[in-house]
Amino acid sequence: MPTRENQELTQTMSEHPEDDPALLEALDTVIDGYGSEKGVLIPALQSAQNLYGFLPEKVLKHISKKLNIPYSEVAGVVTFYSYFSTVPRGKYLVRVCLGTACYVRGGKEVLAAIKDYLGIDVGETTQDRKFSLEIGRCFGACSLAPVIMVNDTVHQRVKPERLKELLAPYENDEVEANEGSGEETTGGSV
Amino acid sequence: MPEITINNQKVTVEEGQTILTAARSIGINIPTLCFLEGYEPLGACRVCLVELAGGKTLVPSCSTPVTDGMEVYTNSKRVRQARKTVVELLLSEHEGDCQLCDRAEDCELKELAYELGIRDVHYEGEKPEQLIDESTPALVRDSGKCIKCRRCITACNTIQGVGALFPQYRGYRTTISPAFASDLESVACVQCGQCAAVCPVGAISEYAHTDSVWEALDDPSKFVVVQTAPAIRAALGECFDYPAGTLVTGKMTAALRHMGFDRVFDTNFTADLTIMEEGNELLSRLKKALKDKEEVALPQFSSCSPGWINFVEYYYPQFIPNVSTCKSPQQMFGAVAKTYLAELEGVDPKDMVVVSIMPCTAKKFECRRDEMNDSGYQDVDYVLTTRELGQMIKGAGIDFRSLEDEEMDKPLGTSSGAADIFANTGGVMEAAVRTAYELVTGRELPMEKLHIGPIVGLEGVKEAKLKIEKPLPDWDFLDGAELNVAVAHGLGNAAKVLEAIASGKADYHFVEVMTCPGGCIGGGGQPRYTDNAVRQARINAIYQEDEGKKLRKSHENPEIIELYKKFLERPLGEKSHHLLHTLYKEKETV
Repeated sequence: MPTRENQELTQTMSEHPEDDPALLEALDTVIDGYGSEKGVLIPALQSAQNLYGFLPEKVLKHISKKLNIPYSEVAGVVTFYSYFSTVPRGKYLVRVCLGTACYVRGGKEVLAAIKDYLGIDVGETTQDRKFSLEIGRCFGACSLAPVIMVNDTVHQRVKPERLKELLAPYENDEVEANEGSGEETTGGSV
Repeated sequence: MPEITINNQKVTVEEGQTILTAARSIGINIPTLCFLEGYEPLGACRVCLVELAGGKTLVPSCSTPVTDGMEVYTNSKRVRQARKTVVELLLSEHEGDCQLCDRAEDCELKELAYELGIRDVHYEGEKPEQLIDESTPALVRDSGKCIKCRRCITACNTIQGVGALFPQYRGYRTTISPAFASDLESVACVQCGQCAAVCPVGAISEYAHTDSVWEALDDPSKFVVVQTAPAIRAALGECFDYPAGTLVTGKMTAALRHMGFDRVFDTNFTADLTIMEEGNELLSRLKKALKDKEEVALPQFSSCSPGWINFVEYYYPQFIPNVSTCKSPQQMFGAVAKTYLAELEGVDPKDMVVVSIMPCTAKKFECRRDEMNDSGYQDVDYVLTTRELGQMIKGAGIDFRSLEDEEMDKPLGTSSGAADIFANTGGVMEAAVRTAYELVTGRELPMEKLHIGPIVGLEGVKEAKLKIEKPLPDWDFLDGAELNVAVAHGLGNAAKVLEAIASGKADYHFVEVMTCPGGCIGGGGQPRYTDNAVRQARINAIYQEDEGKKLRKSHENPEIIELYKKFLERPLGEKSHHLLHTLYKEKETV
């Protein structure tokens, strides 16, 4: 999730933030701050995602060279964690839980319905940059399964046939993008 | 020292040893699919599970150290059942087209399934998407066969320091591949094939040239000549159940004739030629540096190993000026065959097909480099690995073991012992020094059996010093000079040498690098499976071949002398420059 300062940066960003020298300089400053410690790849990737909003190929290659870590390994870490995204994320990140409880209580069907409704696959973003879709592994709300999260809001007992209703407020921008960050952790049941 | 029992057999083991190595030391075999001798165990495949008395769960023997009093059972009912389940689960995701697989003969998974008596796979389900990568001229990857043991990652990252492969994605979707499951062509892979050499299944193999070679042999209008690399003769026998380190030079020659090659020649011939060129290049660099006080790149690096060339071009381009401009013996052979030999034989070079038998996958890449067309044609047309040749000999119905020894053809089949040792780490250096020392002093290298002791063996980086005394008048500037040489095998070791030179910690005149551990005898195209015992056996065979020859020094090879007299004129001359030397260029890593 972008921090508030970084959000300002991302908001003024061009279509191709990876070509912005100011962002690269900011990233290098962060990475240089780590010195030659071991295990700096993940923090470096987190910083980059905060700065750019996602992880563009050019930035990943830059990190690989700068940290002298093979590009395959950088990509291996990026593709391992669902937190990292190599495509620009939409305004709303929809994460469908496929942890055990959600899985057995229909998480897979929920996912299929969302894919169908948004017309995107996991890891993708809608053309209008409104929604991105990811899979999650347990949000710690198993008793409410199946759950999805839209940004920081958890929606419980989601039914595929009522998805349209659930997503409508987001589609119509009736909620704030950073709604619920902090205290509010559960949304209403749909 | 801890005392343990394995299957009720008492054994005293060293502190820190694993159950696996302890068991193997007393002749108890525990199967493994991910373990690589000499490297950190991964515990990825789970087939080496064993039972401990009083233990709640089974433990992986490859990564469990022994403790005093441990009671280990490697073949209990529980162990057998667990192992069977593990292998069945691997098979359930494995693209098992075993009849069509190039590992039909030596697949470790297939063998294990057989040994465990698995006749049925109880787990059926979705299989991960199968990606076949044929993007490089050297290697083919088939993700459907991959069992994700990660040996290739150890080979690529830890041994070679290249890091082209890594697990991508997660869980069920995990695939072992370059970044974001892209093709090898799109990354800085040096094409050494060490990944293929350690792969337990058919997930990584060489790009086959067998059909193309048969086609050339079947075509009566083609004059097909074959060259065999020095390392083949010490390994090909393994394809026919000879123990590692059996020399089969004569049978190999006979088999190649039976297959229909018009001439059977030796890459050794051009290894001798390489020494003439590379040795003189070194002396000319030394002269420039020490006598003429000119700016010249030292140390000089050997250039025979195409994986190493790729490595420099990708990762250490600042050292490109240090790499000898000599083409590898394979490429020198192609250039000489399609010019000098074509003239001798009265064959139009356009009708000549040059086939190489190489212990190497990168040679398939090398022969297609843009620069390798100096004869006016692609100098070397096809490259077969030792494994491919073994398969073709069997396919041709040749009973290899009963063949009578034959001699190679002249003139490109004549070679010295110095050329033989190009096959193993330290060999190119020793061959070069045998000749260079004699050129400079007029005397034979004063060493027992002409071997340079400190650079013989399997240590990763080896060094030697050589004092030059009483040189011939032309070389008086070398009087009293001490020549520092280094030898590295495995690119990870080569990187250590390069870093030491770059930081000023090391100072050498000449450095030999071979891409693969042990040198070419341990190449990515050699019969599987190659461990240090196999490497050593092959190296012993190569030194035996060298010592058994009357000709031990490249400059004494009469056919090389003739080649210079009739055709090339002199080492580093104009014709040599055109046909035998090349240039390298920096390449982007990402």
